[in-house]
Amino acid sequence: MDFFEPTYLSFFSRWLHVMSGVMWIGLLWYFNFVQIPSMSKIPDNEKPAISKVIAPAALFWFRWAALATIITGLTTAHLNGYLYDALALGILETGSQKSTVIGIGMWLGIIMAYNVWMIIWPNQKIALGIVNANPDDKPAAGRKAMLFSRTNTALSIPMLYAMVSAQNLY
Amino acid sequence: MGNPLESLPKTIVIGILLTIVMVSLINYIY
Repeated sequence: MDFFEPTYLSFFSRWLHVMSGVMWIGLLWYFNFVQIPSMSKIPDNEKPAISKVIAPAALFWFRWAALATIITGLTTAHLNGYLYDALALGILETGSQKSTVIGIGMWLGIIMAYNVWMIIWPNQKIALGIVNANPDDKPAAGRKAMLFSRTNTALSIPMLYAMVSAQNLY
Repeated sequence: MGNPLESLPKTIVIGILLTIVMVSLINYIY
């Protein structure tokens, strides 16, 4: 096998993309399915274990996995020759139904990564006390981060449908 | 009425509804 032939490089990029995506969406679902619903059941004196140790570590891997997923995803699309057709949602002359479907998935992923880096992470830094902020701002920042995390959880469902169906149905 | 995204089950329902809308639109366009 030639490891530098286009077919292998395309596969290798997709493998990195899937691993990054599993870590990103896995941690997103951990926050939404496990951590957030559990916080109200944890005694106040034990809450710092989550807010000072587990959440910052999970957020580190969460946000960098999000970036890695976008970079490896765009690389995979480029190596397969459908990057521009997909970003244009299949409306270019060279586009197809597959371009539309994978393009919707890509844009949903890009919107979700934007939410991670521009909204969730800055607000979590305030809510968790990672940056100096007015204590009165913490509840509002925590709520905003939670709602955008929930938005991403909702978007992850059609995003994954688009990703998997583009490869298997079209 | 509160924000439906505060509820995890409602969030999942929204995600499924978005998926149905997306698939319907793609089938309608093509």
